[in-house]
This record gives sequence, structure tokens and C-alpha cells, in this order.
Amino acid sequence: MAAYLDFEKPIADLEEQLTKALEIAEVGQVDASQTINDLKKKINETRKEIYANLTPWQRVQVSRHPERPYTLDYITGMTDGNFVELHGDRNVKDDKAIVGGLGSIDGKSYMFIGQQKGINTKMRQYRNFGMANPEGYRKALRLMKLAEKFNKPIITLIDTPGAYPGLEAEERGQGEAIAKNLLEMFQLKVPIMCIIIGEGASGGALGIGIGDKVMMLENTWYSVISPESCSSILWRSWEHKEKAADALKLTPKDMLKNKLIDGIIKEPAGGAHSNKADMVKRVKREVIKTIAVLEEFPTQELIESRINKFCEMGSYAK
Amino acid sequence: MSSWFKRMKQGITTPTKEKKETPDGLWFKSPSGNVVETNELKANNYVVPADDYHKRIGSEEYFNILFDKNEYEELNKDLQSGDPLKFTDTKSYKDRYKAAQKKTGLKDAIRTAHGQVNGEDLVVAAMDFNFIGGSMGSVVGEKIARAIDYAIENKYPFMIISKSGGARMMEAAFSLMQMAKTSAKLSLLAQAKLPYISLLTDPTTGGITASFAMLGDINIAEPNALIGFAGPRIIKETIGRDLPEGFQTSEFLLEKGFLDFIVDRRHLKTKLTQILRLFKN
Repeated sequence: MAAYLDFEKPIADLEEQLTKALEIAEVGQVDASQTINDLKKKINETRKEIYANLTPWQRVQVSRHPERPYTLDYITGMTDGNFVELHGDRNVKDDKAIVGGLGSIDGKSYMFIGQQKGINTKMRQYRNFGMANPEGYRKALRLMKLAEKFNKPIITLIDTPGAYPGLEAEERGQGEAIAKNLLEMFQLKVPIMCIIIGEGASGGALGIGIGDKVMMLENTWYSVISPESCSSILWRSWEHKEKAADALKLTPKDMLKNKLIDGIIKEPAGGAHSNKADMVKRVKREVIKTIAVLEEFPTQELIESRINKFCEMGSYAK
Repeated sequence: MSSWFKRMKQGITTPTKEKKETPDGLWFKSPSGNVVETNELKANNYVVPADDYHKRIGSEEYFNILFDKNEYEELNKDLQSGDPLKFTDTKSYKDRYKAAQKKTGLKDAIRTAHGQVNGEDLVVAAMDFNFIGGSMGSVVGEKIARAIDYAIENKYPFMIISKSGGARMMEAAFSLMQMAKTSAKLSLLAQAKLPYISLLTDPTTGGITASFAMLGDINIAEPNALIGFAGPRIIKETIGRDLPEGFQTSEFLLEKGFLDFIVDRRHLKTKLTQILRLFKN
């Protein structure tokens, strides 16, 4: 049974009708092929229509869809399984909320790093809901330095509701771990591409988010705080999450307009979860294209333009 | 009726205008109840002598404490937020911003300046908690960035005095990217081999801790300051139990290895001078 978001109800209803029609066709008494075709067409149209007009809050919901592809889906899909996961920060432990390793696309090696969410209740706990501890950020940095040493481009896949706000996380320096990554990523001598594939929540996302090219999938969000937390702080209630989602301008379109990201990767109609293989293919295409362009730049130029790009972000007046 | 029931003397005879005034702010009371005269408090760098309580102060007071003869040149002092998102919650950001400016007499939550500390040149960025919780928006990021440029250009060491609740929500992702921007500039300062001293004061949390506050060549803090990434209330809600005593204090961070030392504000200038000279000579 597929999971549907509340605004996807028309799609769910049509899917149900389709299932029934298919059942009838199976029994074989009536020719239902015309109905089935009509329904399939209608489902596609409805899906397109709904997804063409998502509100910011609905986009946030899609970004958290339980069937959405996660980091490892993209990595294994893009590399066709030619991927070796590397573990551990070499100091404390292996953080399961951030995965990384070397993988190959069309015979070329890349370093992949990203937050990983779980696919079911047990795995969600195992992955700590994609909320990394300091070890996760330190593992990420270790792998980025490894990539730099062997001159491999870095691809980060961002999907987190935030860095983990836990007791041990504070004891082991969550703030310091993220800060260090920001500083170090600006000076890495290899191309870095960052892709927000789901949730891009605050410092937890930015901690692996400094890149020469930062892109967002169409149905994702990226901001300093989640709409729910923003609502609870500014409106003192969780009820205003829709308003908060509007106010935060967290959609890919707004982020691009405000020059805070470099591009958007379109999703299949109905969102990434409606056709995972297609989504992975789209991301793969973008990765190959982007890295090929970035590798043309001399290292110093690459670092300078990375720094300049982020230094131009802001809005102020004299 | 006995005479002692009868009021022989008049009641209060002093007319209101002749009353001795006790103006507000003549005395300061620390959280543990020790009282000190405000003039004495000021002379003591805003530390209560009886219990060493460090009162929260702003850029004005820090510049006064650090710079010789209180002489300094303020950098980019007129920079203001552009309200990039036209953000409105229960109130518009524009109105909040104006109200904060009116209340504090400041332009935004940070001031940057160049001056001398016992004859040693230093560029200082000091945050003002009074201004929307010292939150970091575009102006805070840009002023730090420009102060670092100034330090690199003139080969001066750099210092940030952090005092902030974190990012400024009303500037959303613009605010988030200031973490990146300030870190980018600090990476250039590091390449220029100029010392960066980060002083963390009460409170330093959120995106400030996760960017420039933790990136000092030397990280120091005032005693008993709240320093952390997540706020204590959120952590408590997440883990579902009480937090240990002293959690997220300067002393806790020193013990966990994230600070070089804790400095009493009364010794700040001396200690800072010592460090600057040790780097220089």
C-alpha cells in the first residue's frame, strides 16, 4: 500500500479505482481496457496538475515523503553498485546518519557523502532520522580530505531535519564539528557539488553544503529552521507551519531567485518517489555534466570563486 | 482616650519634590543577590566583586574595556539589513528592526572596530545581545567579512566577541549563509597567517557556535557563560531527562576540550595583550 500525502487524495482515489478495474479485468468477464487506459491517463494528468501547483508547505511534505529516494538509493543507482562505503571518523565511532565512500560512474571515481534516513521504523532509529552527531561531520571531513589527497571530485547529498540536538553531541562539540567543515570545505582543492535531495535544515545541512555548485531537487526545502520550529518560536504555536513555510522562502525557486543556490534539478511528475529510477538518472546526468565543467577550472580559481560566491550572499543597505 | 492613640506628630512631612531620589540603575543586583553600586560595577569591568558574576555587556563596553584610552575607529558603522524576504510573522521584520534600533541606539547586532590594545593593533567585532538577541543576519555576516578583509589588508590580528542566540530567523536562508560567509573569510585570514581570537560570552549558541565562534586559533570564554549548539530546552525535550549541572557552561567546554582557557573580564585586556605579543614576537 503506497503512502499518500493529504493533498494527493485525488491521486489515491483514482489509483484505487484503477486497482478495482484491474481486478475486474483479471476476472475476465468484461473488457475493461478502455476504462483502465482512461484511468491511467487521468492519474498522470491529475498528478501533473497537483505537482505543478504545490504550496511551499506541500513541497516540505513531499521532501519528507516516506517513499522518497534517500542518499544510498542515489549512490547505488548512479554507480550501478560500484561503490565502497567507508566508515568511521577515526576518533569516536561510525555515525550511521551520514554515509560516504568512493564510487564510480562511467569508469570515473567520485567521493560520495550524504545524510541517510531509514526506510522503516527500525532503520529510521538506526539512522537517527538522518540527524548526524559530531562524528558524522568529522567522518564527512575525513572522507573529503581523502578525496582531496587522491584528487577525486566530491558529491554531497543533503537530506536532514537538522544536526542532532543531544547531550553527547554537545559534549563532543557539535558546533565545532560543523564549523570546522565550513572552514575546511572552502579550501578543498577538488570540485565539490552539493545536492539537496530532501530536507536541508540549517547548520546540519550546511555542514556538508559548501560547494562550487549547490543544487536543489524540485520538491525540497533549504533554510535556517524548519517551518514547524519557526512557527513555534515566532507564533508560539505549531499551527502556523504553512505561514512559516511561506515566510521562510525555502523552496528551490525562491532560493535560486535569492541567489543562495546555483540550480534546480527537475523531478518526475508526481515527485521523486513516483519514479525513483528516473530521478536517479536525472541526478546522475547533472553530476557528470557539472563535475566535467568544474574540473576545467584551475584549482586556485575554483577555490576563489567558491569563496566569492558565498561572500556575495546577503542583503543589506548603507 | 489615652494620648498615645492620638497622632502627636504629623505624618510624612517631606514634600515630594524634596525627597531624596534613588534613581533606577544606581545599584545592580547579581542573580545570587549581591548588590553593587553601578559606578563600582563599571570600574570593575561589569563584574560583581562579591561573587564574580559577569554582567552581560555590549560592544560599547567591550571597546571601552579593550581599546587604549577608549580610542578606536569604527568600521562600516552604517550598514543595515535590507529585509530581503519582507518577512512577517505576528509583526513585520521591518517594524521589529526599527523598534530594535530605536530601543538600543544600534544599527544591528554587531559593531566592528580597529584600535590598539596596550599599543597592539587589533580589529575587534563585538556582538550586541540587546539587538534582537544578538542574532546573525546579513549585516552581522557582512560586517565580520569586511572586518576580516580590513585585518588582512593591514596585517592586523582579529578578534570576535560572540554573544548571540544564533541565526536571525527573519532572514531565513540569508542568515544561514552568513555562517558560510564568515567561515570563508576566516579561511582567508588563516592563509594570511594572522591570529584570530574568539571570545565566547554569555550566551553563544546555534549558528554562531557552529561557525566563527568555534574557529579561533585560540578559543576563550568568560566564566560561566552558556555555550552550545542546541539550546538546553531543546536538548532536554529531545533526550527526555534533566541536564547535568553545569552542562554547556564555559567550564564544561573547557573540560571537554573546546576552549583554550577561561578569562575573567577584569584580566581580559592583560591576557589578550600577552597573547598578541606571543604571536607577534
